Amino acid sequence: MKLFARALVGVSALALLASPALAETITIATVNNGDMIRMQKLSGEFTAQNPDIELEWVTLEENILRQRVTTDVATKGGQYDVMTIGTYEVPIWGSKGWLVSLNDLPASYDIDDILPAIRGGLTVDGELMAAPFYGESSMVMYRKDLMAKAGLEMPDAPTWDFIAEAARAMTDKDNEIYGACLRGKAGWGENMAFLTAMSNSFGAKWFDMDWNPQFTSDAWKETLTFYVNLLNDAGPPGASNNGFNENLSLFQTGKCGMWIDATVAASFVTNPNDSQVADQVGFALAPDTGLGKRGNWLWAWSLAIPAGTQKEEAAKKFVAWATSKEYLELVASNEGWANVPPGTRTSLYENPEYAKVPFAQMTLDSINSADPKNPTIDPVPYVGVQFVAIPEFQGIATSTGQQFSAALAGSTSIEDALQNAQNLTEREMKRAGYIK
Amino acid sequence: MARAVTNQRKLVVTVIAWSIGIAIFFPILWTFLTSFKTEAEAIASPPSFLFFEWTTENYTEVQSRSNYPLHFMNSVIISLGSTVLGLLIAIPAAWSMAFVPGKRTKDVLMWMLSTKMLPPVGVLIPIYLIFRDTGLLDTRTALVIVLTLINLPIIVWMLYTYFKEIPGEILEAARMDGATLWSEVIYVLTPMAVPGIASTLLLNVILAWNEAFWTLNLTAAKAAPLTAFIASYSSPEGLFYAKLSAASTMAIAPIVILGWFSQKQLVRGLTFGAVK
Repeated sequence: MKLFARALVGVSALALLASPALAETITIATVNNGDMIRMQKLSGEFTAQNPDIELEWVTLEENILRQRVTTDVATKGGQYDVMTIGTYEVPIWGSKGWLVSLNDLPASYDIDDILPAIRGGLTVDGELMAAPFYGESSMVMYRKDLMAKAGLEMPDAPTWDFIAEAARAMTDKDNEIYGACLRGKAGWGENMAFLTAMSNSFGAKWFDMDWNPQFTSDAWKETLTFYVNLLNDAGPPGASNNGFNENLSLFQTGKCGMWIDATVAASFVTNPNDSQVADQVGFALAPDTGLGKRGNWLWAWSLAIPAGTQKEEAAKKFVAWATSKEYLELVASNEGWANVPPGTRTSLYENPEYAKVPFAQMTLDSINSADPKNPTIDPVPYVGVQFVAIPEFQGIATSTGQQFSAALAGSTSIEDALQNAQNLTEREMKRAGYIK
Repeated sequence: MARAVTNQRKLVVTVIAWSIGIAIFFPILWTFLTSFKTEAEAIASPPSFLFFEWTTENYTEVQSRSNYPLHFMNSVIISLGSTVLGLLIAIPAAWSMAFVPGKRTKDVLMWMLSTKMLPPVGVLIPIYLIFRDTGLLDTRTALVIVLTLINLPIIVWMLYTYFKEIPGEILEAARMDGATLWSEVIYVLTPMAVPGIASTLLLNVILAWNEAFWTLNLTAAKAAPLTAFIASYSSPEGLFYAKLSAASTMAIAPIVILGWFSQKQLVRGLTFGAVK
């Protein structure tokens, strides 16, 4: 019996020595969009280069993912080793010490190649807290044929007055053609992303330097009045229910003259497989009023590593691979340059092959014209172009968005919507201790 | 004359019932049809009902992107596990409330039901921390426990209603014949209440199958059931309606089939005690 036991121990020890090192599995939480799904498909390349690392994917809808990863990172749940987060979360989580600094990525990663505007939004106290996977701004996408029919020519950098004039001229309600398709659905990432960015160009701001809400200012009244009038005159019916997807669907089926939204939509509306107007789409910068700021936003989906993960080294290897120049080339060689995740690296925009993509330059110009650290005409105490990077913002902006959506639907007046927005923001800011 | 009126009433009731039935079923049918369209056809306006180019590419794409068998097995284990565990707790509880009621039995029943009114997000963080500390995050065990607890009030209520219909004298006779408490519950009460237990079981399997708050918040990759599978195809930025429809069809198909075959028990369970 003793002999048998010894033999068993010996065999087990030999088996342990002979077996290859166990692969480390990292869990990646990501959103469901075309670029991320493509990364998942191409990740075989990474595991081939790193056979000691296995990847486990958790793909979720954006809002569910945000709730899920926020719960996990705040409670140090340790469910994820790599998280996909947006420009809104990075400054908040980074300053709380919830994320691992990426300043020590290898020199070959070329951190200085990241677009300055995007890098600025992902840096906290000089530390890069997340690596951008793709960056986006917003711009005007318009129908060249309808613009020509209206006898107008879209400038590269239009004003809001031109947009309003063109939208009204393009509208042909009998044939279900609407000059302006804009976000109207309530939500901090829906109508409030658009309206906050738009308000910057009208000289408005969320808070003054003492964190007092500013919705009763003339600039906000001008912004909301312009927006409501424009959509009432030249918007599709039920505009207060339209978000990104609804407007994308309207534009792709030829019902919109202009759509001002995320630059990432450019690849959708110019794809002949999905869009009926693919060969008629032109691009222009988001409009301004001549005050020095344009109505475009800045966003980046980025890969971050939660502090406390046990697999930091493997996670860093993956983040460096997925956001590298080599990955962009991998996508280009597999699926063409138009499908490369845009808006993250200077070298991409210096590449002559990528320059041939019709929306490449306008995307870069839009990103470069947004400054998350100085988003408004007057100085403000917050970071963020279409959001305010404070934890309370999601809740406040969703409630405010409901007020503005109601004003668009006509169920409340513009004055009442602004006053209600002012009151509820003031109440929440007092509760949170920003003001007394 | 009376017969003519009855027929007319029958016709009206039939038409109304069919209209409601079709209205309720239509979104499911639409999802099913959309799952065979291309993304461009899925958003076409006006939409085509049947005359489009049918394709199964969405199903192929969904199969290649997701581990459907894993999500499916997780759903089966979590919904069946939580229901069986719930029944094991609820049968004795309902027995005592139905046959040995105390002064506060009604209050206890109402209190149990009132716990269903608590918004789950209010207890998310404490439960998350408990499961984190016990190493149960992203495990089927965690979901079986949580879903058992949240569905327990409904199971107890349903069983209580059934047990109340069973004459207490039969149990008394069993006791006089020398049956112990467990024999009484297992060999006398349970066989008589099989239809009620079956409908309770079916309804709770459906509730647990469709539960989408805890199943999304307590899982990551390993224990994620079909609710997480569907959530991975929804996107606020990008039109993936056809793929989302294919994923939804695959997720609801098992429970629709189960419901179809067990509709008699389900209807009996839902209308029990309504007509005497």
